[in-house]
Amino acid sequence: MLELTPEIRAALIEYLYGLADDELLVGHRASEWTGLAPILEADVALSSIAQDEMGHALVFYRLLEELGEGDPDDLAFARDAPDFRNAIFSELPRGDWAFTVVRQYLHDVAEQVRLEALADSAYEPLAQAARKILVEEKYHLIHDRSWVAKLGPATEESHQRMQAALDRAFPHALGLFEPTELEPVRVEADIAPPEEVLLKRWLDEVVPFLESATLQVPARREEQGWRLLVEPVYGGRRGEHTEYLETLLQAMQLVYRMEPGAKW
Amino acid sequence: MTVQRYEEAYDDPHYEEKLAEFEARIARGEKIEPDDWMPPEYRRQLIRLIQQHANSELIGALPEGTWIPYAPTFKRKMALVAKVQDEVGHAQLLYRAAETLGKPREQMVEELLNGKSKWSNVFAYPAETWADVAIIAWLIDAAAIINQTIMATGSYAPYCRALKRIIYEESFHIKHGYEMIVTMVSGTKRQRDMVQEALNRWWEPIMMFFGPPDKLSVHTRTLQRWGVKPKTNDEQRQEFLSKYVPQIWELGLEIPDPNLRYDENLGRWVYTEPDWDIFFRVINGDGPMSKERIAVRRLAYEEGRWVREALESLAKRVLTQPEPTGIVA
Repeated sequence: MLELTPEIRAALIEYLYGLADDELLVGHRASEWTGLAPILEADVALSSIAQDEMGHALVFYRLLEELGEGDPDDLAFARDAPDFRNAIFSELPRGDWAFTVVRQYLHDVAEQVRLEALADSAYEPLAQAARKILVEEKYHLIHDRSWVAKLGPATEESHQRMQAALDRAFPHALGLFEPTELEPVRVEADIAPPEEVLLKRWLDEVVPFLESATLQVPARREEQGWRLLVEPVYGGRRGEHTEYLETLLQAMQLVYRMEPGAKW
Repeated sequence: MTVQRYEEAYDDPHYEEKLAEFEARIARGEKIEPDDWMPPEYRRQLIRLIQQHANSELIGALPEGTWIPYAPTFKRKMALVAKVQDEVGHAQLLYRAAETLGKPREQMVEELLNGKSKWSNVFAYPAETWADVAIIAWLIDAAAIINQTIMATGSYAPYCRALKRIIYEESFHIKHGYEMIVTMVSGTKRQRDMVQEALNRWWEPIMMFFGPPDKLSVHTRTLQRWGVKPKTNDEQRQEFLSKYVPQIWELGLEIPDPNLRYDENLGRWVYTEPDWDIFFRVINGDGPMSKERIAVRRLAYEEGRWVREALESLAKRVLTQPEPTGIVA
């Protein structure tokens, strides 16, 4: 069994915040479409995904609670922006429907490769959570892939919007794999694989698929591996965020913070 | 009786015969299916009713939807997304039920956006605070469920089937709304005040929700006989008051109507008559939020246009592709 030394514990906590915060914010962004999506069927489907992502966030916040970090509602609704460890990718505004489906796709593939690896984590509660969530993620990917495959080639306008969405999303999505100082501790303790390994698996999956949907991806497969043609947008995992997160949290935490200690 | 009905009646030499048979079926408690014969006026009234119901679900998603980003706690946030999602799903179900009577969904959406088709008065008011969200989830859904439970005993089968599912889902909304109210009224003074103020704002719109009193309502008798509207507006309102006034009082909340009481002699609730001029103004598109709600829907519709065009273009491509031949599995 894994022994939680103070260092390992800190590395684990940092990692769980990243997981939880990414899920919470992507779920929040998806829920901004509820009632407003382009067709009723799409509205209903994306609302389900939003709830799933929020539910996943809750699973990870509960793991943090078990490690003494506090109540999940306090973690989500009473923490300040600099304490969030999500990738900047996850806090970017909702955008149009193209950006929404592109981000959701890139996020869900990243989540899938990560959870598949975490299913074997030496930290058993995390391994269990990962196995449970993976089942739901399968449906998300069917949904996302279908939208990307359709809108990529459908019309000139849809193609342009999807390409613009990908151009904006891709460098930020790379930030999902931002390494942190404590990463070697996690790798050493078999809690989580190196980000570099996950990034490679992610690229193996997303690049060919996006290309098959007629989109250009700024990454090239070379003999020694993938070469990125854009700079990843890092900072989120260190607590450096954009004003978008500030604005999002002002809304999300407005009621909860109105009456400290009150129940809602 | 409309001109249209007379015209069709003249066209069909057996009209009176068919009508008698139709009314006999309904009197026996049989349900009407889309392909069955029905009087044109029955069809017209049902389309109007189901379409307005569908519109109300779709527009009704907005006042609460606005609060999704602000919902406190995981439980509330997920439940609110689920509730608004249900409403969008109900709109989808109901537009489909109306389509069985021969009116395409596109046309209904357009009529909603250009103000030709009505929707429930209650969604033309703002949800000012989080307590309004709770009042809506509890009392407006409660009012809706009373109305829908009655409508589900109606005569048009596809509408009844849709309503059955809707009622099932809305019973969860009421429970959730009630639980929110209980949590807040047993919370801080500020929370209790928020709930009371929200109730003050919503009481009159909720009283109006069931529609004008029977003496002002046209068509009621025929609609009742045909099982389009099995109970009158006043009967529905009384049912609501009997069920929910005691619950509201029990929570220590005050209902902002000094005349509201149950009259034992009359055997019914008496109350201050709402200002029906306001009601008619509101359902005709002049409520405090009527224009804004439609503007939001129209914006969403316009922003989604390219997506719908893309999907249509793909559907056409698939249709025009030659049949695959000679494919060996």
